[in-house]
Amino acid sequence: MLKSVELLPEKSSDELIGLLKEMWTIRYFDEKVDEFFAKGMIHGTTHLCVGQEPTASGPCSVLRSDDKITSTHRGHGHCIAKGADINLMMAELFGRSTGYCKGKGGSMHIADVEKGNLGANGIVGGGIPLATGAALTSKMKNQEDVILSYFGDGAANEGSFHESLNLASIWDLPVVFICENNQYGMSGSVKEMVNIEDIAERASSYGIPGVVVDGNDLVEIMNETDKAVQHARQGKGPVLIEAKTYRWKGHSKSDARKYRTREEEQTWKEKDGIKRFRELLIHEEILTEDDAENIRKEAKQNVEEAVQFAEESPEPGLDTLLEDVYA
Amino acid sequence: MRELTYVEALRECMSQEMRENENVFLMGEDIGVYGGAFGVTRGMIEEFGSKRVRNTPISEAGITGSAIGSALTGMQPIVELQFSDFITIAMDQLANQAAKLRYMYGGKGNVPMVLRTPAGSGTGAAAQHSQSLEAWVAHVPGLKVVQPSTAYDAKGLLKAAIDDPNPVIFYEHKLLYKTSSDDVPEESYRIPLGQADVKKEGTDVTIVATSVMVHRALDAAEKLSEEGISVEVIDPRSIVPLDEETIVQSVIKTNRVVVVHEAVKRGGYGAEIASMITESEAFDFLDAPVKRLGASPVPVPYNPELEKAMTPQTDDLIQTCRETLQRT
Repeated sequence: MLKSVELLPEKSSDELIGLLKEMWTIRYFDEKVDEFFAKGMIHGTTHLCVGQEPTASGPCSVLRSDDKITSTHRGHGHCIAKGADINLMMAELFGRSTGYCKGKGGSMHIADVEKGNLGANGIVGGGIPLATGAALTSKMKNQEDVILSYFGDGAANEGSFHESLNLASIWDLPVVFICENNQYGMSGSVKEMVNIEDIAERASSYGIPGVVVDGNDLVEIMNETDKAVQHARQGKGPVLIEAKTYRWKGHSKSDARKYRTREEEQTWKEKDGIKRFRELLIHEEILTEDDAENIRKEAKQNVEEAVQFAEESPEPGLDTLLEDVYA
Repeated sequence: MRELTYVEALRECMSQEMRENENVFLMGEDIGVYGGAFGVTRGMIEEFGSKRVRNTPISEAGITGSAIGSALTGMQPIVELQFSDFITIAMDQLANQAAKLRYMYGGKGNVPMVLRTPAGSGTGAAAQHSQSLEAWVAHVPGLKVVQPSTAYDAKGLLKAAIDDPNPVIFYEHKLLYKTSSDDVPEESYRIPLGQADVKKEGTDVTIVATSVMVHRALDAAEKLSEEGISVEVIDPRSIVPLDEETIVQSVIKTNRVVVVHEAVKRGGYGAEIASMITESEAFDFLDAPVKRLGASPVPVPYNPELEKAMTPQTDDLIQTCRETLQRT
């Protein structure tokens, strides 16, 4: 059971059920991608967020449609949570012309600028300054939009993290920094790479609030992000949230996971945020077991349809090679 | 026509744009009451206030990245880096973010920002404050690269850079800041990027020169004219995009060409210009090999004589033009 059962008052039952379905969609999407990589059906590389679904869905669910996010190399979940069409996402992974980036970006560069997703990013920590700048636009134009900047525990050791949090703090920018601490930067354990217990402690050195949340507790993440987003929207400046989570899969497609034990993986899998949220909704009588099962199947089916869409989509013409370098 | 210094021309352009366009704003270190490391923004915070002339912490990557993020969401930032050497600190944001976002995103989104920064040696600032690294950024598809050599060009090119929907690296030159043009219009005007300027017409040999080298080329041309040698001096003004046509047509006319820049010769942009010429229709008109002049492959030394010896001087250009003309 989730430790926090106080649901956000403004979320209707349908919205909560929608979040469960969204998390299933994220999981099935990435499991499908994993399968295709294993079969060699997709080339390049990819980074899967299986096990991290609540940190994608929770924060994005408290945003307004004009709010924006910046994402990471492990960004499929963020993209879906910000409202992306999974057909266009899958088509992008297949390198097809119908994909979000017309086949030019791939897994690490999916963006949906119109929906406020300013992009995944192949550079660790690369998106944090972009989010800070987008927040500057919001402030200078009095738009009241808030920017959520996703990054991982590894990125918290990049200079861009420090420079951006300092800048956002001194200028009171409406940005919420969300560190998805999934315990590993590739093979580097956070215990080995950081000499403090919580990355959120670093907030104090910028004079901003720092919050630690259970990354598998969707409700807690929603509540804490909602508070942070309101704080930012009211012009009180940035907040740093650290969500403790775990990536179930390896770093990328060729990772034998020698740096951690299968027991450790199992411990984290037992904390599965989707399972816990599903149980909560059933316990609160928002959902029946049957409904839950139907929703899960629907999510799975939607991913299958996305695959079909991608497979049926045309390859980009070679004449598009030189397009879109300059505006 | 009015006489204006290079610094004044840049400031006038930015001020005019900021009066006209609310989206244009400045970010940089010490650009507020201090007026910027070279005084370019002096007086601007008094007119536009601290919200539009944003004095930043010493965070080159952070401010460059923030400028990119703000540009991606509708602003038109102008970033000032105190010395162009510091571009190295902001390089991830320029090369991996600004330059590529639009392409990676399949043509969605654009980054209308200008990064202004002074390059070049000649001030005794030594190895970390005197480099000319324009070839680094010119190599990255998605960036545009501008190098004005006069106050007149500086004003018109900066206007074009601000209006451009792409990230533009705008290299000023420390030795040019105090130089002036006597023909700078008060009203706003634009010099399109990718349009070279024939700074002096000639018939015997072409010098393609960038930034401060334009002035050394003009000095060389004047001295060579005393020997009856007619030099044409072409200033590309922007190296990305490059006005290939003007250069090629000049070489077809003169049949001889010297390419000169202050940057280190090895891997410098002059190599690109030289090979562009030899790959073009001008090749058949060449009466001598294309010659390149650039700096020696050393860090910029402090001692003034060593510093001078490192970079092409007027006499080097005169000598090279003579040698080029002696080839038959």
